[in-house]
Amino acid sequence: MSENGTLIKVDKLTKHFPITRGIIIQREVGAVQAVDKVSFEIRKGETLGLVGESGCGKSTTGRTILQLYRPTSGKVYYGDADLTELKGEELRRMRRNMQMIFQDPYASLNPRLTVGNIVSEPLEVHSIGNARERRERVQELLRLVGLSPHMINRYPHEFSGGQRQRIGVARALALQPEFIVCDEPISALDVSIQAQVVNLLEELQETFGLTYLFIAHDLSMVRHISDRTAVMYLGKVVELATRNELYTHPLHPYTQALLSAVPIPDPSKEGKRQRIILEGDVPSPANPPKGCRFHPRCPLAIDICREVEPEWREVAPDHWVACHLV
Amino acid sequence: MAESVALDQPLDESTARKGRSPGQDAWREFRRNRIGVAGLIFIIFIILVAIFAPLMSPYGYATQNNLNSRAKPMTAYTITTDYLPNCHWAGTPLEWGCTIFFTGSDALGRDLWSRTVYGTRVSISIALVASTVSLLIGSIYGTVSGYAGGRIDNFMMRIVDFLYAVPILPLIILMQVYFKALARQGVREGLTGAIIELNQQMGGMLFLFIALGALNWIGMSRMARGQVLSYKNKEFIEAAHMIGASNSRIIFRHLMPNILGPLLIAETLAIPGYIFTEAVLSFIGLGVNPPTPSWGQMISEGYQGLRSNPHLVLVPGAALTILTLAFNFMGDGLRDAFDPKLRGRK
Ligand SMILES: Nc1ncnc2c1ncn2[C@@H]1O[C@H](COP(=O)(O)OP(=O)(O)OP(=O)(O)O)[C@@H](O)[C@H]1O
Ligand code: SF4
Ligand SMILES: [Mg+2]
Repeated sequence: MSENGTLIKVDKLTKHFPITRGIIIQREVGAVQAVDKVSFEIRKGETLGLVGESGCGKSTTGRTILQLYRPTSGKVYYGDADLTELKGEELRRMRRNMQMIFQDPYASLNPRLTVGNIVSEPLEVHSIGNARERRERVQELLRLVGLSPHMINRYPHEFSGGQRQRIGVARALALQPEFIVCDEPISALDVSIQAQVVNLLEELQETFGLTYLFIAHDLSMVRHISDRTAVMYLGKVVELATRNELYTHPLHPYTQALLSAVPIPDPSKEGKRQRIILEGDVPSPANPPKGCRFHPRCPLAIDICREVEPEWREVAPDHWVACHLV
Repeated sequence: MAESVALDQPLDESTARKGRSPGQDAWREFRRNRIGVAGLIFIIFIILVAIFAPLMSPYGYATQNNLNSRAKPMTAYTITTDYLPNCHWAGTPLEWGCTIFFTGSDALGRDLWSRTVYGTRVSISIALVASTVSLLIGSIYGTVSGYAGGRIDNFMMRIVDFLYAVPILPLIILMQVYFKALARQGVREGLTGAIIELNQQMGGMLFLFIALGALNWIGMSRMARGQVLSYKNKEFIEAAHMIGASNSRIIFRHLMPNILGPLLIAETLAIPGYIFTEAVLSFIGLGVNPPTPSWGQMISEGYQGLRSNPHLVLVPGAALTILTLAFNFMGDGLRDAFDPKLRGRK
């Protein structure tokens, strides 16, 4: 399904948010290590799922790739271009290729603008077409995402969550991007509507050959849509593999624990499913554990885990993991 | 609902239903608030009075008639031939138009009604100009500070904190005293001269505008900053960054329309304060220049004879009270309409 060309290469990407104190002179007293030395590739036309608990840095990863946050260190290559080096007009032009779909359909649309204005804004900003052409394009986009073009003059508050998410999708598609970060696009929606939105995203991917980074907080959500899946824990990607490989041969203890929480559709196997219950809470990313960040909760932890950070390596073709035991 | 409309049906502009913006919703809500609407109507009326003051007053505000000083309300005007040319109604000389003092006359024999009518000009200009000045400066300053964030924000807000700690009213009084003294000495040269000249031409209101605007933009800027902070991390702002919108576009198209409502309401509620401060400054002789009539000044002139001639205080006092109340009612109505949490009915 996926062609093998790499579209985006993320190299030791790090994003720390400084914690400051003081009123007049602000001192840095520490940093939230939201994303720490993360490396992976996204291939043309694929959907890479990114999964992890709340607060583990998934959104930050997505935003830093898109340069909405400037990375603390590390590189993001889009084709040959290093996005982290781009500024001003160059970055603006590059952004036409990359878009984002947001988690909260209520916060992601400006309540003061009509749907027509929201969807045509990207075209206006990049001076594409005249007013009439833009209006036609907006109607076409609305149709594409399954909304009636008659709704063009309405305001966001007149729509349901699912419809709003479709408006967000139409806005993201306006500039005909290649790559879209979908940041938990369905987790704020009713279960009955989630499938519709996922199907829409899949159809659009097929039609336009889009590449997705699809963020979700549990494995069952991305199982359906992703070609490969990355698992994140406390600012680190701990395992990355093709979908089947990850679900059948999870290597990292954290992935195994997550998977054990996913119900198996086959009742004969579901009965035998062993849940691995993780103890303790996720530590604060402002003060992550030394060595392997998962060691305080890892059922298999050994001495070296407390001291040495496990290396991120490809243990089998297309199967990356960071654990001393693998 | 509209979802049932067939998707592939061609769009006929006339059938595309117009949506209702949050602003239109608030306006509908406001219209249901009777007291607020009454306030608004009264304010519009007073603005019309201010614009058409000459049509509503039988005499000039400075026209003196020493045969009729401190006349009681509804007393007849003693017409002598040399006063006849002053006697007009809506510009047309009319003898009967000047035959009576509706609300009496002051110590110099000036018609109190005419002076009260002209007094609306001072109060309304103060209300409009001071609020516009403070809203403009305050919202731009606060928005820039909040949007820039980090060091710039920190620096800009410390300036505001500093100004907040400075007692501004005494400063204004000092400034007024200083310029008024210079004006009496007849200073005409240089920048000070130009300022004094301009102030004279505006009947002494220039300094009031500056003073009141300066007094209030500080609070406004803090409020604007708070509003910006609550919006700037919203996802629709990130979406705007993502599509490549410039900072000015984000500020003016995405932030401003969202934060302006609460700022406008706060400004409306601050207007009675401006009108009052003007009255107070005029009362102590630091406001507009005589003979420009200001309600505060009229009260100040009248209060010495309060026992024998209470109308000299009551008439401008009543005007001041009613206009202030009208602004308060309108501001309350707007706040209720714009803040969904305060909305009782749906
Ligand atoms: N702008 C910011 N300033 C400071 N800290 C931040 C900022 N954004 C995120 N963080 C911190 O970085 C960490 C990762 O946040 P992030 O939003 O990326 O998590 P997430 O995996 O997307 O979680 P969720 O599933 O809740 O969306 C969190 O601890 C968060 O508090
Ligand atoms: S490195 Fe050690 S602590 Fe970390 S996941 Fe592997 S076994 Fe567990
Ligand atoms: Mg998130």
